[in-house]
This record gives sequence, structure tokens and C-alpha cells, in this order.
Amino acid sequence: MSRLPSGGRIDRSRPVSFSFDGNSYQGFAGDTLASALLANGVRLMGRSFKYHRPRGVFSAGSEEPNALVELRTGARREPNTRATTVELFDGLSAQSQNRWPSLAFDLLSVNGALSPFLSAGFYYKTFMWPAAFWEKLYEPVIRRAAGLGRAAEENDPDTYEKAHTFCDVLVIGAGAAGLTAALSAARSGARVILADEDFALGGRLLSEQHPIDGAPAASFVAKAEAELASLPNVRIMTRTTVFGVYDSGTYGALERVSDHVAVPASFMPRQRMWKIVAKQAVLAAGAFDRPIVFGGNDRPGVMSAQALRTYAVRYGVAAGNMAVLFANNDYAWSAALDAAEAGVRLAAIIDVRREVAAPLQARAKALGIRLILGGEVVATSGKILSSVIVRSGGREETIAAEVLAISGGTTPNLHLTSHFGSRPTYDESLAAFLPGTPPAGLAVAGAAAGRFALGETLRHGAQLGASAATAAGFAAAPMAAPRAEDTPSGISAFWQVKGTRGLAFVDFQNDVTAKDVALAHREGYRSVELLKRYTTLGMATDQGKNSNMAGLAIMAELTGQGIGATGTTLFRPPYSPVAIGAIAGHHRGKDFRPTRPTPTHQWAEERGAVFVEAGQWLRAQYFPQPGEKDWLESVMREVKATRSSVGLIDVSTFGKIDVQGPDAAAFLDRVYINTFSTLAVGKARYGVMLREDGMVMDDGTTARLAPEHFIMTTTTANAAKVFQHLEFCLQVLWPELDVQLASVSEQWAQISISGPKSRDVLAKVVDAPLDVSNEALPYMGVAQGTVMGGTKARIFRLSFAGELGYEIAVPARHGEALTRALMAAGAPFGITPYGTEALGVMRIEKGHVSGNELNGQTTARDLGLGRMASTKKDFVGRVMAGRAGLIEPDRPILAGFRPVDPSKRLRAGAHFIAIGAEGTLENDEGYMSSTAFSPALGTWIGLGFIKHGPERWGQRVRAYDPVRGEDVEVEVCDPAFVDPKGERLRV
Amino acid sequence: MRIPCPYCGLRDAHEFAYLGDATVKRPDPAAPGAEDAFHDYVYLRDNPAGAHKELWYHGSGCRSWVVVARDTRTHAIAGAELAREVTP
Repeated sequence: MSRLPSGGRIDRSRPVSFSFDGNSYQGFAGDTLASALLANGVRLMGRSFKYHRPRGVFSAGSEEPNALVELRTGARREPNTRATTVELFDGLSAQSQNRWPSLAFDLLSVNGALSPFLSAGFYYKTFMWPAAFWEKLYEPVIRRAAGLGRAAEENDPDTYEKAHTFCDVLVIGAGAAGLTAALSAARSGARVILADEDFALGGRLLSEQHPIDGAPAASFVAKAEAELASLPNVRIMTRTTVFGVYDSGTYGALERVSDHVAVPASFMPRQRMWKIVAKQAVLAAGAFDRPIVFGGNDRPGVMSAQALRTYAVRYGVAAGNMAVLFANNDYAWSAALDAAEAGVRLAAIIDVRREVAAPLQARAKALGIRLILGGEVVATSGKILSSVIVRSGGREETIAAEVLAISGGTTPNLHLTSHFGSRPTYDESLAAFLPGTPPAGLAVAGAAAGRFALGETLRHGAQLGASAATAAGFAAAPMAAPRAEDTPSGISAFWQVKGTRGLAFVDFQNDVTAKDVALAHREGYRSVELLKRYTTLGMATDQGKNSNMAGLAIMAELTGQGIGATGTTLFRPPYSPVAIGAIAGHHRGKDFRPTRPTPTHQWAEERGAVFVEAGQWLRAQYFPQPGEKDWLESVMREVKATRSSVGLIDVSTFGKIDVQGPDAAAFLDRVYINTFSTLAVGKARYGVMLREDGMVMDDGTTARLAPEHFIMTTTTANAAKVFQHLEFCLQVLWPELDVQLASVSEQWAQISISGPKSRDVLAKVVDAPLDVSNEALPYMGVAQGTVMGGTKARIFRLSFAGELGYEIAVPARHGEALTRALMAAGAPFGITPYGTEALGVMRIEKGHVSGNELNGQTTARDLGLGRMASTKKDFVGRVMAGRAGLIEPDRPILAGFRPVDPSKRLRAGAHFIAIGAEGTLENDEGYMSSTAFSPALGTWIGLGFIKHGPERWGQRVRAYDPVRGEDVEVEVCDPAFVDPKGERLRV
Repeated sequence: MRIPCPYCGLRDAHEFAYLGDATVKRPDPAAPGAEDAFHDYVYLRDNPAGAHKELWYHGSGCRSWVVVARDTRTHAIAGAELAREVTP
């Protein structure tokens, strides 16, 4: 056991059981998975991405590159979770990943031997040729071997929420600077949100042993937290990562509501996605300890100096039996010495510097620690670290150690500052990049701004917290910052040990070595952006938080440019990985978008309808009857019943737009290709409208209810698009027109009855004096009155099905009653409800175009509607529809098709080829757009576009469908298969 | 991003649909060379990095078409006017 006998911010009275790779262990409440594993002496936690190198834990935070595990099992299994951020809970089960057959013995570590093939640029080089290798070797072997964890194979059983909130000052990070910033802002009365990804407030103060105001740092944290929690204007959000900065002071944050328990409590989400809109924000995200590059620097047991301290001080864990420190800066010394004072056995401190501040040296010597100044670690050994080889004064010696704490300096955590594209700037004296120009309204405080010394951090946070509150309109003053250590950390820039042995890693998570960086340099990929893409340096889930500095420092040395001139790549959101489930929130499956039932939905359900999604709508597709063996049989029955007697369908889903105003008729003339100003009151007309590029946008009938009042219908799918287009025309193109539009799609239910008996049915539901006789209400006529004893109604005599037909519109709440009334009135005639399938069959029989034909690539001429276009006026799309390419004689035009052999089936998507011609693109004459089995003809029929369509009726071509392996001889014909003269409509 | 709708005030960009360049004007369809002019109007757009005037439709609000002055690099919005009151 490596648990120290005392200390740590864990609750030793609350043991917690967990398992890793099937072995059971115990930790304590307050542990992370990483600290509990270390406490149990488990130092091997994962295998690396490419080479399957054994890896242990490197950090103690969300920047962890190595200790990635699969957490939980079954449907809740989650890959690539960082053991350093996983809070321990009872029953936690974790598995190592990217290894086979076991973590300790991984056959795939043979990839290490393949490292010459997996070097920088291997995606571009190795995978190039020969082509046969791609399928047989690269994909199955390399892709499988190089990878991380496995996602769950079942649906995630948990829920995810989205929430919005607002504040005056958002403080990101609750460490030293974050706490003083939040206190200073909150005391002014400003609404403050303090967010931290950790489950406890305090940041570095949870791990450092510096006193604040002469007392332990922990008591300052406790006091600050108590005050903040007592203020009604403060919201503390722990376990909440602010992952992105967006426009206008908007911040994305992920709250891990239930990740620290085995299963979320009833009605609680696993995670909650916050959109926080803040007037001002203070980024107090602290800093990272960065690695040094040398051979074997990835061996389990090598960790950052700050991590060594955090495990010792915060979790009461010695990361190993004997530790040594290898560093170039004072801050690393104080970290290692804090750990030593907490009980970690520290054998030696190796520093590349020959001069180190006397007080640090004295403190080390008092603890009996050997100092090797001007020394370097040149190699490590042991599958799990057992010793380090140190070079100093020209000699090498081996020092036994289970832990090698390393620190190449402190890197400010400025991730969020570059989300708007601002490039960090290099500071030579700190050997660190500092934030460039952060997004407006975001100030950077404390260590994130390069103010590393604790006293300075506390003061800086107080100052920026107060100025943020002031900028948000409050009278704020910085709190009197507590006193603390103020000595800046000495550092001598140092990135890479020369003359080292073994693979020297720059990026642990993507297995990028110093050699890869040198190779990229030799091959000319020298800018940081190219270096990143070529080597994958910094592209893993840690986004180079640990690795970027050393990588570009090595490149800077190779180019001789200096680090400042070399620059750094930009960080992008998210700061740490965000699960897709959290982004989707409740918008999953059927909840992805709203479902819109029609006014007759309940009635259709009672009738046993099968529904189909049409946009957001649910429409009845067909109404199966007992004994019918498939949908086709039901649909045939519905069509026959309608054509022989009467059928009913709900067409409420069509878009309905109310157009009123003195210029309404003139407006319609400009948006439709045909003329509406000549339409008489009480009449309807079919209209086609184009996009400005000349393609058909939509079609439908528009009726004139009064001289200055029209009601337009659109297709179901285009209702919103057409409305937006009409508003555009009115407001942007012709603001001088006096017209008002209102969408009334949802206000009116519209029921269509079609068939020779439809008038008899209608006559039974209309109230006197409404006359629906052929004389009073002829084809394309419109009548207004009441039905069912007083319900306001509009009656349009038209039919998409091609029969005598009426559409009856009533206020939506009466739609179901009207349907039941029509069904009752029609009972003597055997009135038959039908769905969208039967409607589709009837419209194809009738040669009416629909969505398959109005596909955004067809002109009115293509649809055989060219003659509808008025030549006496301008309209949207007129000029472009006249382009040479759109009116050339060879452009396919709508026609009907029927199989020469009546037993053959036709399919949409088939292409037309001359008989005897080869099935090539050159011989393509057009395509089939819609097909149906026609009960009227007893064969399959189709609509399609073919060159010179109207001139070729009676000719034969092939409907060639290589995708389905079909080739059917068809005859070109009139697209109106049924009642081509429209006589049935006018009876 | 939030857009200052002249009717509704500052509203979330999600309430709006984007169309694009507000500086193009529908050509006179009767003028000579109308086809070329329409080709440019329909297809050709500048893609400035910086200040731009764009059409947005407040579809989930007052249904106004709005001309928004936006910096395409920073998303900073300098102002917004009703399209019907703007002559491109």
C-alpha cells in the first residue's frame, strides 16, 4: 500500500470499493480513480495510442494524457475517461483499454517494433500504396491496433439536459485567483457564477503547503467558500467545465451532475449542458506543469512534479516508494519538497541548473535529500519505473526510483483565450506563452496570466474580479488580498535532454517523439500548423496541453528561429472532451424535433391508420383492414373505393398563407409564373412559383376570397420556406407593395373528399343556404358558409386525386368533428378513408407532379408546365428560367411510362436508354421520378423526365436500373393515365 | 451571437435564419442585358473578411427581414435595420 499514514483531503472514515480490470480495491471518499489506484500500488494504467507502450498516470487533472480508461460497463460504458478526474464511487468498475490480451502483457506492443512505419506523416506515407495493402493490412491491423477505448454498444440509458443562465461576472476556475475574483465581484452585489471542473473549490490551494495570512491554505479556501455560499447573488458550480467561449459573452459549460455516482438518481440527468451569458468573465484557470523530453520519459512512474505533490498532499498517497525530481525551476522544487514533507521518500533532486536559490537548497538538505545540480536524466529503466540514469559532471550513475517527478516549467492554461483566434505571445523570462488579446469581456487572472507566485495570484484575482464587476455596472473594489509567498519561481528554459537513450516522447497521448519533430523539420513541415498536422502533435483529446511547448521549442531550436517567432497553434473549443449525448441533450430519437399530429390524428388512430412522417407531421399513410395481407392491398382498396364512390383524406398539413391588401393580386402576379390578378372572386387557380434561379420552388392552389384577400396553399414540405420567401419578396424586393401575410396552416383543418359521390356526401353536411350544386359551385370554385349547423367553413372544389372533389376547411378545432360528420354522411356510399399512399397512386395516375418532381432541379418547362408562364409580366425566376441551357430542346421533359410487359414492375431512379444502346452516361435520356401500381390500368405506371418527352408518346425505351439490376422496356405516354381531359373533375 | 432586432430588441441568433449579402439589388428585368445582371445577382457574392451587411430573417420572432452590419471576423454587430427601410 502506498497510502500515507496521515494527511490528505480524503475521508478515511468512508472506504469505497471499486475494481480495475476485474481486481477489487479500496479507496476513500474524496479520491479520484487515479489516486486510489496509486494508493493500491497500481501504477500501470493504460497503453499508448500507437505503440501500446505501458503508461502510468502523468498528471492529477483534466490535462491527463496517459491514464485513460473505460469507465462503467454495458450500456453505460464510457471510453477514454481520465482516471485523474473520475471521482471514486462505491462499485466503480473501470477497465484498461487499447491492450490485448491484458494490460500487463499486450501483444499489440509489437507496434513499437513497427515504429519506423508509424513515424511522423505515416498517415500520408504508409497508407499510400500499394492499394492492396490498404484493405489487407493497414485498415484491419494498424487501425485496430492504433486506437483508444470502445464506445458502448447499447443505447445510453441516461438523460442529458440543457440549461441557460445569466450573470454579471462569470469566474472560471476556483483556485487562488478565482476565489479572490469571485469574492471581490460578489461583495459588490453583482450576480456571480463561480465554476470549477473539480468537485472541490481551491485549485492549487488543495495541494500546496504555502500558508495564507499565516494559516494553512485550506482554511482560506474554507472561509472563502463559506462566504460565497452565504451570498444570494453567487452561484457555485463545481464539477462544471467551462469548455468554450462564444460570441457576445456566451460561454459553454458542462456540469457533470451524476458522473460521481454509479447511476443517476431518479429524474436526474447524467450531465447538464449550460449556456452561460455573462456580462464579464474572469478566466482563472491556473497553469500546467510541463514535461521534459528525454529517453523513456513515458515510463509508468514518470509524472509531473505538481502531480506528485497533489497525490501526496491532497490525496495522502505516495505515488511510489522512492522518488526523484528532475527539473529546471523552483516551483518544481517546492512541489517535491511539499510531497517529501507529506511523507513521500524523495531520494534526490536533479536540476539542469547549477545555481538554485539557497532557501530551497537548505530546505532540501534539511530533509536529507541529495542534490545533483547541473545534472540530467538520460534514460529510465523498468517496465514500470525502477531506476533512472543520471548524467552529471560527465559521469552517469543509476539511482533506484519508483517515481520520477519531472517539470520543465509552468505553462499558463490559456486555452479559452484563443477561442476567438487570438495568438498567445511568448515571454522569455517566464519561458511561457501568455494570453494574447482575449475575447472581449474576458480578463485573465493569476497563473493563467503568468502570475505564478501565490501572493501575486491572490491580488491579481481580487483586482480583476473587482474590475469585472465595475465593468458590469457595480461599485466594486478589490478585496484586501491575503498575504502569501511572493517570490517568483526561478526557471532556466530547458526542453530536451541531448544524447539520451530510448524513445523520447513529446506528446504522450499521440505517441509523438522528438525524432518525429526532427523528421517533420527535415521534410519541410516547419510551421507549427504543419508540424501539428504532420506529426499529430497536440491533436489528441488533451489538445497538447502537456506537449505543445516542448514540441515547438524543439522545432524552434532546429530552425534557429526562437520560440516567439515559431509561435504556437491555437486551441479551439472544447477545452476538454464533451460527450455527444450532452450536446444532443433531450433531442434524441423521437424527441429530435417536434412531432405535429394533424387535427384528425386521434380519429385516424381509432381507424387503425399506419402513420408516416412528412416533415414534422405525422400523416395517415394507409388504413389497413382485417384480412389485408400487405400495404399494397390496403392502398388498392382505398384507390378503387375513391374512384368508384368516395374517399376522404386529411390535407391539413398543406401550408396555408393568408394574403391580404390592396396590392395582393399584383404581388401574387410577381411570385407566381401565372396570373392571379385576373382570378375572379370565388375562384381558385393552380399556381407555380420559381426560385430566382428559375427552378420551381413550390406549387399549389390559391383562391380569391375577396378582391383584396387570397388564401394560398403550399406543399406540406415547403410551407415554412415559401412563407419566408414571400416575406423576403415583400420586405426586401418590393417594400412599396401594400400586402400583409399570415401563416394560417395551423388555424385551419382541411379535409378532402374525392370521388363521384363526394357531392352527395358534402351536401349532407353543409348548412343552408350554401349550395354545392355543379352550377353554384363549379370546378375550381370556392364557397364560404357554414357546415354541421354553424361551423364556419370554406369549400374549395378541387382534387389532387383527379375526381369530382372538394376540400373543406374549418377552424382546426372542428377538423375532427367535420371528419366524423363526413364519415357518417358518407356511410351509405361506403366512404373510405385513405392515406398518403393512395393519394400518391392517384396523383401519379393523374400525372400531377409532387415532391419527386419538384426536386429543386426542375423548371416549369421540365414539368410540362411551361405554357402556364405568363409572357405579359415579370415574375421571380422568369429571367433565369429563360437561360439557354434551361430551354434547350434536349432537356428532359415530363412524360408517363408504362411497361411493355404488363407484369413488370417499374422503379423510380431508373434511367432511360434507347433500346439496343449501351447503358452509359452518354446514352442517358432521362430518369423515372415516381412509380406506382395503378388499379385503374392494372399495371405499374411511372412519371419521369425524358428528352423530347411530349413528342415521343408511343415510342419505346428501356428503364435501365443497374443499381437494382433491372432493365424494363417501357412505352412513353401521356402522363395523365386517368381521365386525361379532366372530365371527371367537372361533372 | 445576439442580433438587435429593430422590433424585438436584442435576440439570440437562433431565432433568425441567415440569407447573406444585403448589398445586392434585384436587377431591372426589363433592362437590356438583364440575363447577365440576374446571373450576377443570383450567383455572385463577395465574401469579405470584415465589415459586411447581411440579411437575416427573424422567423422565430417578428418575421422581419433585417439588414445586419456584422464583422465576419469577430461577429461584432454594429447595428441592424429593417430591410424594408433600407435601399441596397
